Amino acid sequence: MTSYRLDKGGLVNRTMPLSFTFDGRPMQGFEGDTLASALLANGRMLVGRSFKYHRPRGILTAGSAEPNALVTIGRGGRTEPNTRATVQELYEGLEARSQNRWPSLDFDLGTLNGLLSPFLGAGFYYKTFMWPAAFWEKFYEPLIRKAAGLGKASYEADPDAYEKSWAHCDLLVIGAGPAGLAAALTAGRAGARVMLVDEGALPGGSLLFDSATIDGRAATDFVRDTSAELQSMPNVRLMTRTTVFGWYDGNVFGAVERVQKHVRDPQSHLPVERLWRIVARQALLATGAEERPLVFGGNDRPGVMMASAMRTYLNRYGVAPGKAAAIFTSDDSGYGLARDLEAAGVDVVAIVDSRPSAGMDYRGKARLIREAVVCGTKGHRAISAIEVRRDGRVETIAVDALAMAGGFSPIIHLACHRGARPLWSTEEAAFLAPEGLRGLEVAGAAAATAGLAACLAAGAAKAKAILDDLGISCSPAVFAAVDGDEGTPPARPLWSIPGIKDKAFVDFQNDVHLKDLGLAVREGYGHVELAKRYTTSGMATDQGKLSNMNAIGLIAKARGVSPAEVGTTTFRPFYTPVSFGALTGAHAGRHFQPVRKSPLHDWARKHGAIFVESGLWFRSAWFAREGEQSWRESVDREVVNVRQNVGLCDVSTLGKIEIFGRDAAEFLNRVYCNGFLSLPVGKARYGIMLREDGFIYDDGTTSRLGDEHFFMTTTTAYAAGVMNHLEFCAQALWPELDVRLASVTDQWAQMAIAGPKARLVLSKIVDDDISRAAFAYLGAKEVSLCGGRLHGRLFRISFSGELAYELAVPAGYAESIADILMDAGAEHGLQPYGSEALGVLRIEKGHVTHNEINGTVVPSDLGFGRMVSASKPDFIGKAMLAREGLTAADRPRLVGVRPIDPATSFTTGSHILAKDAEATLDNDQGYVTSSAFSPHVGSTIGLALVKHGPERHGEKIVVWNGLKDEYTPAILCDPSFVDPGNEKLHV
Amino acid sequence: MASLISCPHCGARPKEEFTIKGAVLPRPDAGAGSEAWMDYVYRRDNPRGAYREYWHHTSGCRRWLVVTRDTASHEVAACQDAALAKRAEAQP
Repeated sequence: MTSYRLDKGGLVNRTMPLSFTFDGRPMQGFEGDTLASALLANGRMLVGRSFKYHRPRGILTAGSAEPNALVTIGRGGRTEPNTRATVQELYEGLEARSQNRWPSLDFDLGTLNGLLSPFLGAGFYYKTFMWPAAFWEKFYEPLIRKAAGLGKASYEADPDAYEKSWAHCDLLVIGAGPAGLAAALTAGRAGARVMLVDEGALPGGSLLFDSATIDGRAATDFVRDTSAELQSMPNVRLMTRTTVFGWYDGNVFGAVERVQKHVRDPQSHLPVERLWRIVARQALLATGAEERPLVFGGNDRPGVMMASAMRTYLNRYGVAPGKAAAIFTSDDSGYGLARDLEAAGVDVVAIVDSRPSAGMDYRGKARLIREAVVCGTKGHRAISAIEVRRDGRVETIAVDALAMAGGFSPIIHLACHRGARPLWSTEEAAFLAPEGLRGLEVAGAAAATAGLAACLAAGAAKAKAILDDLGISCSPAVFAAVDGDEGTPPARPLWSIPGIKDKAFVDFQNDVHLKDLGLAVREGYGHVELAKRYTTSGMATDQGKLSNMNAIGLIAKARGVSPAEVGTTTFRPFYTPVSFGALTGAHAGRHFQPVRKSPLHDWARKHGAIFVESGLWFRSAWFAREGEQSWRESVDREVVNVRQNVGLCDVSTLGKIEIFGRDAAEFLNRVYCNGFLSLPVGKARYGIMLREDGFIYDDGTTSRLGDEHFFMTTTTAYAAGVMNHLEFCAQALWPELDVRLASVTDQWAQMAIAGPKARLVLSKIVDDDISRAAFAYLGAKEVSLCGGRLHGRLFRISFSGELAYELAVPAGYAESIADILMDAGAEHGLQPYGSEALGVLRIEKGHVTHNEINGTVVPSDLGFGRMVSASKPDFIGKAMLAREGLTAADRPRLVGVRPIDPATSFTTGSHILAKDAEATLDNDQGYVTSSAFSPHVGSTIGLALVKHGPERHGEKIVVWNGLKDEYTPAILCDPSFVDPGNEKLHV
Repeated sequence: MASLISCPHCGARPKEEFTIKGAVLPRPDAGAGSEAWMDYVYRRDNPRGAYREYWHHTSGCRRWLVVTRDTASHEVAACQDAALAKRAEAQP
């Protein structure tokens, strides 16, 4: 192992070495390492290049706020770009690659951007790349995208599983540091249902690197004992590797649990990540505080690190930051680090304190330079020296590591997710959580409480207060004395530092430096929301966890106001990035939406059906036969066969609704625009349903099977919508009506048997008399099938215009009955036909579907004007249907259209122009709503909505396809191309 | 991300199970005149504060509910079966 790993100390398992690679180079770490700690232990300072200037960057933090150390890990479908090395746990065989560099991390041509930096300042893309405009898409944007970037996503599918889950608790404790552990312990011992959630691999938070002792024992021992006690309680759930990322309405918290992100080979029976929605009666935010960087020249050089991070690597991972370290501090926390470094044998060269005197007594060996600042750093790919400025003089001191301690900002993101604004506290020099939140309390360092003992006490006290409110009696957990408690008082913020020459970074991830913010204020973008967008400060994937406070302080200083007046930008979920996989859960691939298959699906498949997806349904579109060269050939055959012999079509996808009740007829009379009260038992009727605005909503046939029993069919597409609508009418509008509804779409298979020989075929399996006299057009009744072995429902209705029936049988018998029918029909030429042929047949007959019922038509537009009841006192849509515009004479109305030359054709969507008229909006006469090749007519035919259409039969017009600029001379005609006298229906 | 709706029939359920129709308004008589019908079909208030809406427990009990929620705080003050609400209003 390399020299940066200390001989002892830390929570890593030294008996379990792990091999990993970084940019292909083999390295070693230990179980318990993060990728970052292992890289540092291997002496790897330079781990990435910055976003814009491609400056060398190292590891800045030891947690989720990391802006610099973003790497790509994994390979193939498991490739994960922009992984923060500081939170990625090390596992055997981990492959990490650096990002945003070419050709290599150590030698990156992108550093040339640094020379261009005068042109890359705040708002540079608004200024530099303004002109010429045409250059933007072709030149500037691709160039910028190539030069500035993060990792690249894989194009391969993610092989892993994700899932979603709900959880409920009395108290959700977010963060398992001192305050969180104390709160969970207090609530857990009282028997409350507690969830304690922490983003880290281990509970403990700052206790994992704190050198204080509790009751004479190490802080980590305290964590172990407390966790063990919590885990022994059945009412407490301790979840690590879980980030609570958002606070939502109803006190629901979103969290993502990284179940298998720390293992080499995820087990297939477990998800890699699990998205939680946690319903908490109360929550306690114990998320701690984020240390602020100090803004001095070259503060981004590898080797410069947050003081608390350096302490974490030292104490938790047993990794020395270097051989000769310096500490630049504006509060007392730097001294605790100095003591720990010295205890571990690291030479502390200097402590640079911006204050005239420290609050804490320091008796170490380091040279203490008071009332001084670090104004710059030197070094190529890592820091080699610092420039210390005191009394206007600058001294250069050789170091290989520098810690910066700029004070702490409470982590209050979640408290602000529901719209409340944080409050500036001059006393604490920090933004604190809004007051008066309901359902969420804040404790510990997140509430600016300083010191271990104080945080333990605060967590316990808050938990007691919350439980009191919930009516659960408890007493706060009491802890033994803490020794070595630092209790750092808040730092006086040190926003700006004199003598800066190099870039002093505020937002490390987006390469926003001090001058950018000054420029934004000078150019009039001093409002915090404007400055954010103008400079992009805080807009990177870290959302400015480290940078926002400094940016606000610097804007405040530039504007000469208090940070309170500047305010913060808006805190929004997610606290840290959440993978699409976790948000998608199990709804990936074919599981994205359910597949609905008709009960006749298998029957159709064995007859060669080609399926088409129609909503969730798979419908048989046509039945290809051997030797047929194209779909049209199959469809034409099916159509001709229906007109000449008989065909069988699966119409099971139609919506089917059973309607019962004393007032069922009255109910239907109100939801349809035509009358239903007089419908006799044993009859079907075509019905048109309107919306309240008067336009047609849906159509279908409804049959009366008994005095108080109806059976409704809807179109396939609107089956669910009609059901919802009917339920609304029955429950919300007219609860006084005695009516009950049940959707039976899936319970009944339904098949159309259409063609002149339909009766011949059906008679062979239907036991009842279905002769013309006994079962006339629009008959509807239950029938006995196959000698009484099954009962079904038979409806004499026709969509094709032929003698036709629809036979409904219980879904489980669908295939058997279809097989029997196919056998019975063989001698009569029975063939299956699909939805394409169904469409051709209905267009030939002039029957409408949702192509025509497109939300703009009223019944009279389709020739149904006389169906609308004038005598009914009320029905849905009645009042609005009478509006002027819906009764106007020149409304587009249904008409047939066919080309004058049968060899020509047109497509649906084409517009109708008067002969010789120019294709202008003013000349638009209407449009083609449906079109198909009609074997019966021998050419393309169409249905169209045309102004004065029904009065213009025989008029020569032009069908104009604006997409292809095609003009097809055509003629308007009766929409019923087949049997306009409806004689076939009644045979 | 979900909030929970307390369905009077099913208890607290995630809001994804529900479909929102919109404002609860009394349906005018057929002859109430065009102004009344324009109000009913098209015109909507956009209040900040309490708002009564029809919600359908589409993926649950399939009952229509009257949900009273605060458009600013998103808090749900009441959740009632629509049929019961209508009957209650019908009684003087």
